[in-house]
Amino acid sequence: MSILLDSATRVIVQGITGREGTFHAGQMQEMGTKLVGGTSPGKGGSTHLSVPVFNTVVEAVEKTGATASGIFVPPPFAPDAIMEAAAAGITLIVCITEGIPIQDMIRVKDYLRGYPSARLLGPNCPGLITPGAGKIGIIPQRITTPGSVGLVSRSGTLTYEVGSALTAAGMGQSTIVGIGGDPVLGLTFSDVVALFEKDEKTTHLVVIGEIGGTDEERAAELLGRGTRLKTVAFISGRTAPEGKRMGHAGAIISGNRGTAKSKEEAFRKAGVAVAETTDQIVSLLK
Amino acid sequence: MKLLEYQAKEVLASLGIAIPPGKVARTPDEAAAACAELGPVAVKAQVPVGGRGKAGGIKLAKTPEEARAAAQQIIGMDIKGFKVPLVYCEGALDIAREIYLGFTVDRDARANILMLSARGGMDIEQVAEEAPEAIARLYPNPWRGPLDFELNDLVYSAGLGELARPLAAVIKKLHRAIPELDAVTAEINPLVVNKAGEIVAGDAKLEIDDNAVWRHKELEQRYGSVLEGDPYEVEAKKRGLTYVSLDGDIGIIGNGAGLCMSTLDLVQRAGGKAANFCDIGGGAKAEVVENALAVILMNPKVKGVLMNVFGGITRGDEVAKGLVTARDNLKMKLPLVVRMSGTHEEEGRAILQQHGIEPGANAWEAAEKIVAMTR
Repeated sequence: MSILLDSATRVIVQGITGREGTFHAGQMQEMGTKLVGGTSPGKGGSTHLSVPVFNTVVEAVEKTGATASGIFVPPPFAPDAIMEAAAAGITLIVCITEGIPIQDMIRVKDYLRGYPSARLLGPNCPGLITPGAGKIGIIPQRITTPGSVGLVSRSGTLTYEVGSALTAAGMGQSTIVGIGGDPVLGLTFSDVVALFEKDEKTTHLVVIGEIGGTDEERAAELLGRGTRLKTVAFISGRTAPEGKRMGHAGAIISGNRGTAKSKEEAFRKAGVAVAETTDQIVSLLK
Repeated sequence: MKLLEYQAKEVLASLGIAIPPGKVARTPDEAAAACAELGPVAVKAQVPVGGRGKAGGIKLAKTPEEARAAAQQIIGMDIKGFKVPLVYCEGALDIAREIYLGFTVDRDARANILMLSARGGMDIEQVAEEAPEAIARLYPNPWRGPLDFELNDLVYSAGLGELARPLAAVIKKLHRAIPELDAVTAEINPLVVNKAGEIVAGDAKLEIDDNAVWRHKELEQRYGSVLEGDPYEVEAKKRGLTYVSLDGDIGIIGNGAGLCMSTLDLVQRAGGKAANFCDIGGGAKAEVVENALAVILMNPKVKGVLMNVFGGITRGDEVAKGLVTARDNLKMKLPLVVRMSGTHEEEGRAILQQHGIEPGANAWEAAEKIVAMTR
């Protein structure tokens, strides 16, 4: 088992004929992801990477039965692509695109309230991978191996780093989820932790957070209420300098929360082991 | 993009919000002339960072001579790493009361939050901590903006009912900065009610989303180049790098913000101090690595460089070859420790060693090595 994505999940790629879309859709196919089509406005009716290309997501869903989508389109078009996927009935929307304006994402989040069954992962994230079954996004397959550790992270390269360390130590993963680093995101740490909690295959959990926002604190509170998962948390940015702050608005709403210290303390208070370096994660998990 | 006070005020004025009369001065003579024209003025340092008042960046001047002396002291002054390029001379205000008005992105709510308080001024953060109910809040709908009754509710719940109409009008104007300018933070603190009962922006802070600057080219052209920030950060920006100066002596290069931040943490743990944060993004193209090294070596405090790269699908041997070339092109003599992983990482390490670059087996070992080599 796994969360969000398995070998039966029917996946399309929005922006499949672009450079990034082509490369990563190919990589997704290579590891066995059930890629059933893609979209590229104006190129509908053609075939790319041996799968059909459609002009719209609604048509792609109708013809292929897709339930998941990976978005590889440039920032000016990505917000609309997310909403298009939700409106077409896609229930797992993975947006890899980096650099989407925050106000666009705030509008998208508001729009998604009308589609409660649509889950958005990202944007500005590496996506997710269920080793041995499939992936949507850009996480390299070679750093993973099937197993029972759930991994959820805000950072791309740290995800790869920790994934390879787990793999090298013989600790396979159920699913690896990169939630992304933008201030306005889809799935949160808490959402993903709750999914792992319900997944019988997952027995261990690694949470890789970073400074800013309070999603890590919320996930810690959730874990503190009781979990069957053996969990290790790591927070990067403890030595990062305080941002050169202009106004007070940020401080008014977040107070002392959001620092590495506050996040580490929240996890410790919840009874979760906190790794001080990424190298410690594997030994603490054993 | 963070605007300076006078720039933010120009923008507020263009949205219809009243601002006091003021003039930008780049020299003491210009400050004296501004005072001669405006009467008593506040001479204010223009830097994109808070706390300038406490740093001595604001002085009151009654006469042109005092304005000249104040500008002489303030221009060129260093405030939290920013060299003050110019001052803003602003006519003194007849203050009856000070209100706080601002908005920002509430990450947890994934929404904009508008905030209003009758207790404006320097202590607003303390108010937030001690009496959070004194700050009224509103999450405006991101598609249609705040409705009139919502603004009315906001003003009344802040205890400012007697100003309901004029304040609601100001808030509505400020809110326009969200849909029209992609502002992510704006703050008017204090929003001054003067003795004549007019509402005027006493200070202004405005930050435009960097991801949306392509939609606001006119703002970038008008305001983008005034800043004289940290010289290394300026150079890095020209070369398209994500770079932040820090005050240590070990240069850091990493790919990905998270990996880069955790590298800073490791260096500190090993007893060293990082000179910068430099994220070269995915892959590790030779040209990008050379740009990053060039900027780091501009800083004379740097005694050595640590590079931490997770390759993913990038080939380690190619990264290593590129790195050797970059170092040779720059005639770099300082210690360089590289930790990399990815495909062909063993070949990569061998190439590094042949060329006198120290490979680290893992990130922690690499951090310890560079700290030892720069002691």
